[in-house]
Amino acid sequence: MSDDHRHDPNPHGPAARVKALEELLVEKGLVDSARLDEIIETYQHAVGPRAGARVVARAWCDRAFHRRLMTDAVAACAELGIAGPEGGHLVAVENTARVHNLVVCTLCSCYPWPVLGLPPAWYKSFAYRSRAVKDPRGLLREFGVVIPDEVEVRVWDSSAEQRYIVIPERPAGTKSMTEAELADIVTRDSMIGVGKVLAPSRAGGRRGAR
Amino acid sequence: MNGIHDMGGMDGFGEIDRGEAGYTPFHSDWEARVFALTNSVIARAGSNADEFRHAIERIHPARYLAASYYARWLDAVETILADRGIVTRAEIDARTGHPGVAPAAAARVESRRHRAKDERAKFRTGDRVRARNINPAGHTRSPRYVRGKIGVIRRDRGIYVFPDTNAHHAGEVHQHVYSVEFRARELFGETANAHDRVLIDLWEDYLEQAANPPPSAIKSKRKRNPR
Repeated sequence: MSDDHRHDPNPHGPAARVKALEELLVEKGLVDSARLDEIIETYQHAVGPRAGARVVARAWCDRAFHRRLMTDAVAACAELGIAGPEGGHLVAVENTARVHNLVVCTLCSCYPWPVLGLPPAWYKSFAYRSRAVKDPRGLLREFGVVIPDEVEVRVWDSSAEQRYIVIPERPAGTKSMTEAELADIVTRDSMIGVGKVLAPSRAGGRRGAR
Repeated sequence: MNGIHDMGGMDGFGEIDRGEAGYTPFHSDWEARVFALTNSVIARAGSNADEFRHAIERIHPARYLAASYYARWLDAVETILADRGIVTRAEIDARTGHPGVAPAAAARVESRRHRAKDERAKFRTGDRVRARNINPAGHTRSPRYVRGKIGVIRRDRGIYVFPDTNAHHAGEVHQHVYSVEFRARELFGETANAHDRVLIDLWEDYLEQAANPPPSAIKSKRKRNPR
């Protein structure tokens, strides 16, 4: 992305318009610019998919936590200090040898912010939103995930207040890894359901990329 | 409304552009500004998330498809503030020296009344239900791809504010939301995988009791799909 686009000098463009709108709202006493800075800082740096990865790793290592997570994900995440907007009705769904879960919001872009941060561009794209319910297997193949015919693909369309996090399958060959090491290999994509978690030897240079 | 936003099951948008490595919540400074501004001002303006979503849905379909994600958010915030007379589009135009986009379509609410009479759950886990064939002009969270289709209640999610009325400030109308499971074949026909399912959370007013299947159908379904 070029700097030109980043700063958008086009007076017709949204950058000029949001700047004007913010000025007007500040003058009218409805918005505080310092508060906007805080919100941006929070979603750029404090919130993100590392929180979800901690939840998954804990669930893999601690059977009692896993049980609590599957029963009441909000309470289980709160144990790890994870909570916030769009997380008040969090539901964890688990991949197994028989079921592969995939999360979408066909109507807009609902997403579990406290555990995954804000969604990637593709999650909000028309292609993803339109295809996830009708062609989940074709879509997954584009992400490099091939689901055998006899495995159920279970698509969760987050149309109401519930927000979903997928608990991916723990890869084989990770028995000796610590919880913190496991959290490092859990990807954002695996928690949306478009990726699988790979053991470190196979993840190689892709570690943490997605 | 049967808007362009209701995309589930549409064809023609092509492959997924996955070109986003790492965590990049904003792709420019103005996107971050729009996000923060929206989150700050919606409640202060006396609005709510349902009305905000509906303001996005009211954007003309051609613009909806052409505008970027946060450009749609900005349109919607402008619509809500203008509808309330808090900030007019003319005020923003005067600051930038350029006119903005045409305003969104006016919100239209039918006189259709909600059906839920009280907060007692009308359905139980395991009930067969049909997503009602509703086509409201206003906001709704029942997408077209489930309407008229038969599914099974998998879980009662509890009681929530009804978006169809709340988006129009026509009452909160608390009612149950259910996680409803549809077979992919029920939604998209026989070419879908027989094992696949779509689960979607639907408000009670979106649902009606469906007749039980003939016993033979139950039997063969159980055989195919043991739970």
